[in-house]
Amino acid sequence: MDFGFSLSPSSHVKMDDVDLSTFNRLKETNPDINTCIACGSCNATCTAGQFTEMSFRRILLMLQRGKEDEAKKMIQRCMLCGKCTLVCPRGINIRRLLLDITR
Amino acid sequence: MIIEGKQKIWADYQKDIPDDHYFYVRSCIRQAFWPGSEVTFLDITRNKLRKDMYENPYHTTCGGIAYHSDTIPQETAMTIIARQFALMHESGYENYVCSCITSFGCYTETLETWHEYPELEAKIRQYLWDSCKKEFAKPKYLAHASDLIYKFRFDIAKQMKFPLVNAKTGKPLKVVEHIGCHYSKMFPSKGFGGAEYPHVLVGMIEAWGGEVVDYPERRHCCGFGFRQYFVQANRGYSESNTYKKFESMEPYEPDLIITNCPGCPYFLDRWQYVIAEQTGKTYGKSGYGIPALTYEEVAGLVMGYDPWDLGLQMHQVAIEPLLEKMGVPYDPKKKYQGVNGKDLGRPQCPSCIKVS
Amino acid sequence: MKEKILIIGGGAAGMEAASQLYKMGLHPVIIEKSEALGGHIAQWDRLFPAFHPAKDVVEKMLDDVKGVDVRLETEVVDIQRDNNGFHAVLSNNEKLDVQAVVLATGFDVFKAERKQEYGYGIYNNVITNAELEQFFRTGKDERINHPKRIGFVHCVGARDVKVCNTYCSKVCCATALKQACEVKEVFPDAEVYTFYMDLRMFGPGYEDLYLKTQKDFDVKCVRGRVCEVSENMDGKLVIKAEDTLFGKPLKMTLDLLVLMCSMEKNKSINAIQQKLGVADNSDGFMQSKDTYLGMNETAQEGVFVAGACTAPKSLPDTIAEARAVAVEVFNYINR
Repeated sequence: MDFGFSLSPSSHVKMDDVDLSTFNRLKETNPDINTCIACGSCNATCTAGQFTEMSFRRILLMLQRGKEDEAKKMIQRCMLCGKCTLVCPRGINIRRLLLDITR
Repeated sequence: MIIEGKQKIWADYQKDIPDDHYFYVRSCIRQAFWPGSEVTFLDITRNKLRKDMYENPYHTTCGGIAYHSDTIPQETAMTIIARQFALMHESGYENYVCSCITSFGCYTETLETWHEYPELEAKIRQYLWDSCKKEFAKPKYLAHASDLIYKFRFDIAKQMKFPLVNAKTGKPLKVVEHIGCHYSKMFPSKGFGGAEYPHVLVGMIEAWGGEVVDYPERRHCCGFGFRQYFVQANRGYSESNTYKKFESMEPYEPDLIITNCPGCPYFLDRWQYVIAEQTGKTYGKSGYGIPALTYEEVAGLVMGYDPWDLGLQMHQVAIEPLLEKMGVPYDPKKKYQGVNGKDLGRPQCPSCIKVS
Repeated sequence: MKEKILIIGGGAAGMEAASQLYKMGLHPVIIEKSEALGGHIAQWDRLFPAFHPAKDVVEKMLDDVKGVDVRLETEVVDIQRDNNGFHAVLSNNEKLDVQAVVLATGFDVFKAERKQEYGYGIYNNVITNAELEQFFRTGKDERINHPKRIGFVHCVGARDVKVCNTYCSKVCCATALKQACEVKEVFPDAEVYTFYMDLRMFGPGYEDLYLKTQKDFDVKCVRGRVCEVSENMDGKLVIKAEDTLFGKPLKMTLDLLVLMCSMEKNKSINAIQQKLGVADNSDGFMQSKDTYLGMNETAQEGVFVAGACTAPKSLPDTIAEARAVAVEVFNYINR
């Protein structure tokens, strides 16, 4: 029966179903990964972020919110120039992490 | 701009490297991009400055290009590097100098990683033994080839025939410097001048009579980005970064760009042609582009090497307006002749940017 | 004979501690290295959260230390202790025997040139919070020339492992918003932006200041850290940050950029601190005996601390600590 309307899918991040295995694997070698304060420095200087949606700050969140596929897709934009690592006030080795995520 | 502020930083970021006896390793792509650059480096250091630069015929790529394109893991790249170090050790050298910026970044990253994680160094030592039956010793000093030209910049200035000066007006040429990202962004203390205001190329420009242009997007990457350029569909991002830089430097009317990375001069040069084709815009005077040269090519030019021996005909952007500004004599007929007088062929004429 | 107390530092903490100890009948001696009492606060124009003139506070405090023994342009060059107390040698060769020592040596303003990406000392129109305060007091700074667009950067030298300062400097958020309003008063036509990571408006009246900043002064707060500054052809500043709430990198031209420099421990006291056996904590400030009940004591009996020498502090914090330290010293002397 077509009612002319339908149920809307929930936009909730389903925290109960999130698979954190990639994030936890990264955390073992890069414990700093937990210290991000989302200041945006990485994205502000990002070579790729000037022209694409690339944002390391968001990649970290995606990995913790069940959006690993999106994160891995976004990483392909990275130019590995290292500027994000230079400016991060938390000293996160971002360049290293970006190489590790897809391993 | 307060120059004293920069000078203070430059004084803080000096590194200690010896001035002789180096094991020299080449870049895997520069010989194709700029065939005259590495040979000029060796000729200047060996024959003009009388330095000992040893090149071992068995050395290879550092693996950085594959590592950065996600085709080999870091351990593989490190084992390739360990093999290079083994060759250096076998040849009786302990000072290591590389031609490529990404190699320099990989070597620095590897040495720093081994320093922090000695167990990884032990693992690589084993990998190298298993795969090649070789043992390595870490270099005592690691330098990029531009570090050495920087170190010898005043010696080069003494032999200078054509300074970076407009021969007609006597005014210094306006020179943009562009540093490869992997020179000091990852390890600021490993580069002359650090990461924000590197001195390595600025020092050359100053020593050879030019005027340095500092423009808002100076620190921005050229956009090579391995994963970008290698995939055709992504090349637009690479080009857009170069475009961003040219738009930013345009008002300063630079005469020349000097670079120290394999990729940067390539993209700063070739994208000028693509940008011209796509937008009709050129950044030099009267339809020409702005020449983007390697530091060896610039050193060779000021020392009076023949422009065609330096391989300047391999640039998309015509070099002749710069040669005329500097008063460097050249034979237009020999532009497309190879070393043995062999005809190199002629590039197709672009529709927008002037090439001769 | 009254018991002598050595107070090193004649800023807010030292003055207030001395005035209290004096009222308690003891004999405080303030050693101040500069030519006047007042410390940093005397260099400030107005105070957050309510734009109160700093001069009024300083004058009241100076009034309160009338009669107190003060040595100006003097430093402690040596100090030894034995069973009778401490024996200090001053830079004027005077020898002082005291029963207790109060370290009230305060802070240094973070050296902005250490954050190279902000170009302080390289680009003409980059100034510090302390310099802007000086401009409010004197009206003079040739770098401030009718700016049309002004930016403030929070957390310069704070919350930043790259300069080894992981702590929050506590007062910069409120100072930035105060200065943003003030700069609007001087240049009503200017657009003012502040770039923050978190706005920490923790004290009484601070949130009201935030509201005032938005409502009455039209200051625009952007959540993102500035990470690169450069200069264009016209000598204007070009800054890059991410507008993290909008989720896009942002670029902007400014006529003036104010760096909210953090507090660091005043390191000129290091040698004496070491002689007294007082260690530094992980933030590089002096280590108190206990976070809750021994904030003004140190591991060394008879050596006390007050004010910003142990952590970044606001003026009310400092005054409260100075009063508390007076009680601690009084109890120690009468133990």
